Amino acid sequence: MKTAAKAAATNAFSARSGSNRLKDKIFSLVVWGVSLVIVAIILGLLALILERGATHLSWDFITGLPSEIEEGGGIGPSLFNSFYMMILSLIVSIPFGMAAGIYLAEFAPDNKFIAFVRICVEGLASVPSLIFGLFGIALFVEMMGLGLTIIGGAVSLAFLNLPVLTRVTEEAIRAVSQEIKQASFSLGATHLQTIRKALIPSAISGIVTGISLVAGRAFGESAVIILTAGVTTSGVMWDFNLLSPGETLAVHLWYVQSEAIVPDAQLISQKAAAVLLIVVLAINFLFRIPLWVRERKLR
Amino acid sequence: MIESSPAVQAAVQGQLGESMKSGSGKAFDRKNRLLFYNSTFKVVCICSAIFVCLILFSILIFMFRTGVLTFKTVPLTTFLFSTDWSPETETYGAFVFIFGTFALTALTLLFSVPLSVFVAVFLAEMAPKWLRNLLRPILDLLVGIPSVVYGFLGLTLLLPKLRDWAQVDLSDGILAGAIVLSIMILPTISRISDDSISAVPQKYRDASYALGATRFHTIVRVVLPSARSGILYAVILGMARAIGETMAIVMVIGNTPQLANALFKPTSVLTSNIVMQIPNVPFDSTWNYALYMMGFLLLFISLLMIVVIRLLQRKGASR
Repeated sequence: MKTAAKAAATNAFSARSGSNRLKDKIFSLVVWGVSLVIVAIILGLLALILERGATHLSWDFITGLPSEIEEGGGIGPSLFNSFYMMILSLIVSIPFGMAAGIYLAEFAPDNKFIAFVRICVEGLASVPSLIFGLFGIALFVEMMGLGLTIIGGAVSLAFLNLPVLTRVTEEAIRAVSQEIKQASFSLGATHLQTIRKALIPSAISGIVTGISLVAGRAFGESAVIILTAGVTTSGVMWDFNLLSPGETLAVHLWYVQSEAIVPDAQLISQKAAAVLLIVVLAINFLFRIPLWVRERKLR
Repeated sequence: MIESSPAVQAAVQGQLGESMKSGSGKAFDRKNRLLFYNSTFKVVCICSAIFVCLILFSILIFMFRTGVLTFKTVPLTTFLFSTDWSPETETYGAFVFIFGTFALTALTLLFSVPLSVFVAVFLAEMAPKWLRNLLRPILDLLVGIPSVVYGFLGLTLLLPKLRDWAQVDLSDGILAGAIVLSIMILPTISRISDDSISAVPQKYRDASYALGATRFHTIVRVVLPSARSGILYAVILGMARAIGETMAIVMVIGNTPQLANALFKPTSVLTSNIVMQIPNVPFDSTWNYALYMMGFLLLFISLLMIVVIRLLQRKGASR
């Protein structure tokens, strides 16, 4: 009797263990399968863009002027505007963003007001980009009466990127170990010297990653640009005038695909998408190369 | 002993003598200068921090002040609950867009959250080290792909595919939008969830395995519950991105103000409607004010999410 019960118990147990093992197997299989399929799909889509567009790319297309009616228009001015606005917006946002981040990480006392400032930064970071566009219209187009301009677009972009830079800088500087800071102080350095010579160099990898993130975002952003800089270019290459309309490549991609009447819109947008993707990926890589070199050296 | 010519020694002594005679004047100047730079720098930093806050507030005030003018001519209940958006007849009911935004976000989360959690579990618990080190940077790169590229993919690839598959004439609508958005926010949600799953202490897993649990049980009963608040944070961030996304949606949603009561029906959400109409509207018109009010609603929703995240973090910290 006793042995039979025992046998039944072990049997039941082994059956359960068997089903558990099966569940475990199935679960592992599903997780592996789903993950690999998803990653493959996304990478496949990007590869498709590159393959469709990059094979037809030519220098004429990249530097050529766009055409409204005829075939064979290029993306020169849009591409130039993209870079121009990206750089302008970085020039505006990096000093303010980094200074605010340094303040929050280094100087800010731990009180209610600073907690409030932090919520503001976080809140601003979560504001949809479209809202910055609306704000840009109200500020630059209506209040200042500038119309749709490069400077309006660039500053609106800078506002969009400010909170991201602030948070990235704050986090990167906070992550630097206290010992480095104390060592610098004990050498008699002022707070500014400590920040410049010790904290920022130690935190540079985080900060540069953040800058590459916002640079890529500024390059690919479209909603803000449509509202504040318009969907036309001045029509000439190398136009540095801050007050001319500034359609960027991302906007051009949308515009050609949905609004334009050129017969080869499909081809233009395929090529424009490929260029956009290549540049954004390149921005992310290029910004990080110095960091990799530096890490190699430090090792 | 350093050997040097008498001339050099004399010169050095001369210098020393000079600096002794003039006291520590130079050094004192330098100290003052450094202290001045130091305090100026601090002031600059404070101003920048205040500047960031100021932007948020001016945005809030601008949006609200312009948006609230809508209610001079349009009653609040009409704006919020009427489905009739026809600027030609001065009727501004935004319910279609509000509903569209919520429906689209819900559908997006329905697709992307389970898949993202799978990917996160895979990255944190199952993938071999080389694959993990390969996939994490790739996912980080994917976060930076411009949304207009995803929109372009949706327009040129997804819409024709959906048309064939569902046998409909027009495949624009919230299903297409949700699929595009899911692909967009998947890297974000899975990377943040991955980080929070990786942060679960190894001893929890060891304890679970020691009790005889399988990997399936360990992950579902121990690891995921411990990482719950981090995953929730990731989901809210993804949600914020989905609600505010504009251009990817504009390209696949159809941009027609009708209620999204079917998966394949051209509709419109808050963001797409604003960006499609605002370039053609005079600034001082009720139409424009109504668009700004919709923008204010968006702003309000996204700030509300920050408050929820804050509460979650506080709860997580106190636990």
